[in-house]
Amino acid sequence: MNSLFNTVYAWANQRLDLDDMLRFARKKTVPEHRHSAWYYWGGVTLFFFLVQAISGVLLLLYYRPGPDAYESVRQITYDIHFGWLIRSTHAWAANLMLVSIFVHMFSVFFMKAYRCPREFGWWSGIGLLMMAMVFGFSGYLMPMNELAYFATKVGLEIPASMPIIGPVMADLVRGGLEVNEFTVHRFFALHVVVLPALFVPLLGFHLWLVQKHGNALPPSEEALPVAQRRSIPFFPNFIMKDMAMWLIALNVLAVLAAMFPWDLGAAADPLKPAPRGIHPEWYFMSQFQVLKVFGNWLPGAAGEILGLVWFSLGMLLWSFIPLYDPTRENGRRGRRATYFGLLALVILILTTAWGYWAIHIETQPATAAAPAKLSGVPNTVNLVLTDRKTDMIPVRKDSASILSAHETPGWKPVVHDRQDAYPPVKTIVLSVAPTPEAVNPK
Amino acid sequence: MSHDYSNTQEQEQTDFSQPATRRTFAKVVAGGVGFCYAAAIGYPVYRFLNSPVEKATLAAAISEISLKDAQKLAAGTALIFKFGAEPCLLIHLPEGKWVALSAKCTHLGCTVQYEGDKQRIFCACHGGTYDPTNGHNIAGPPPKPLKSFVVKEVTDSAVVVSRV
Repeated sequence: MNSLFNTVYAWANQRLDLDDMLRFARKKTVPEHRHSAWYYWGGVTLFFFLVQAISGVLLLLYYRPGPDAYESVRQITYDIHFGWLIRSTHAWAANLMLVSIFVHMFSVFFMKAYRCPREFGWWSGIGLLMMAMVFGFSGYLMPMNELAYFATKVGLEIPASMPIIGPVMADLVRGGLEVNEFTVHRFFALHVVVLPALFVPLLGFHLWLVQKHGNALPPSEEALPVAQRRSIPFFPNFIMKDMAMWLIALNVLAVLAAMFPWDLGAAADPLKPAPRGIHPEWYFMSQFQVLKVFGNWLPGAAGEILGLVWFSLGMLLWSFIPLYDPTRENGRRGRRATYFGLLALVILILTTAWGYWAIHIETQPATAAAPAKLSGVPNTVNLVLTDRKTDMIPVRKDSASILSAHETPGWKPVVHDRQDAYPPVKTIVLSVAPTPEAVNPK
Repeated sequence: MSHDYSNTQEQEQTDFSQPATRRTFAKVVAGGVGFCYAAAIGYPVYRFLNSPVEKATLAAAISEISLKDAQKLAAGTALIFKFGAEPCLLIHLPEGKWVALSAKCTHLGCTVQYEGDKQRIFCACHGGTYDPTNGHNIAGPPPKPLKSFVVKEVTDSAVVVSRV
């Protein structure tokens, strides 16, 4: 076995000079200091990206964009063996990838790793971040459920507020005047063809730059004399630690994906009002809240335009940091850049927390106040919906075959056929109403 | 060249000062854990990929099929139906006998056709020819006869075909 490996290795080595690569990897070093834990977050991001690529291809085997989108995701989630796990992995890894991107970006920022000659690393990284967010936004629509529908609707209203070109652009992206099956198709093409085709080469460039310039030293290390700086070989020491981080990332992902499977939600219905407390994914929460606040100050399109200006200006300043603070000397500019980064981080965290707090407040009365009006009646209603055909609890709550409901005494199930809608929809909405005895207890 | 390389490899191995048993132990544990991870990822992925195969196998596991109104088929003609996942030929021979055969050519799997005028079953892909009365391969590349089914009964409303 070993001699066979050696023979094959020698054969390949003669042609590819693998020994040279290995020599190079052994000679290459990575600085070791008290901040070196931050060096692993780019690698963790790469790991999650690979997970996305693999799980994405697996989902591609069963996913059908267009009018069938929701049904195909329902099949993936409930019919295909372990489909729920693959889908959950894809959704969780997307979120974890953005977490690690943010950790990576802020650690690069505060370690001043954007300084000369690493400006292109910073810019390509910002490009990758933007693309990862578009990946997230477009992927979010794929199941065409209620949340996806409204998130996309709202997300596209923002560029639509730009004068003149805004509405044209939004309509072109949507493929219609409202979010519809063509939107799913367009987002699908973007998500699985266009974005990967742009992301992968840019990622290659980003990694090549890391290789070319090596890991940046934080200013505190750079202040030390060269003799006092410590480092470890890239191969095998750093690679081993990197792989250990990947293993941790894999375990975290596995636990999250298996223990907290991603919800499918109800199918999108253009005739249903937006559910209370609807909000985007956490990585858009800050922008979402800023837009909400600006919208309250300045009603109409002005609020959204101000929001757009705010984001664009923020991103522009963020990109210009390497030009503002280019040198190794830790002067006034270096300090100001650090303060700017801290300010950006605090604004991001505060607006995100504010957004979640606002949603928490908004959803509060909707859940607590309604049953409180009826004193002396059971506050909770146990409703078991059974499917007529199988007598099982149906996985699709919108299934037309839902027939019987076993309710709590005092409450009666009401089946609404959505005749009020035009054109009439065949959805049955099942809700519960208190019976007269429940409202006026004897 | 290869000789040089194995020499350096040997040197490297003898350089390690750790006792060999501990190294072997670590290798076995790492290999075992790695295998568990590979299995924990590989099994769900295999089942995910295999899901439609399992469903199709389950759907194809039938022993009998009743072809409604197939008794109306004129003598000297045939129809193609699906027995599970497999395309099959129901032939009403000119002399009145009923024959059911698999329509999957034993050469490379094309779907064959019954030619009433020539009294043969013909595969258009590579010219394989079979005897419609029993499915025997009589000309061309097919290596063996078509799989046969049993025409169990011909009633007023249906033809019932079952596995042999």
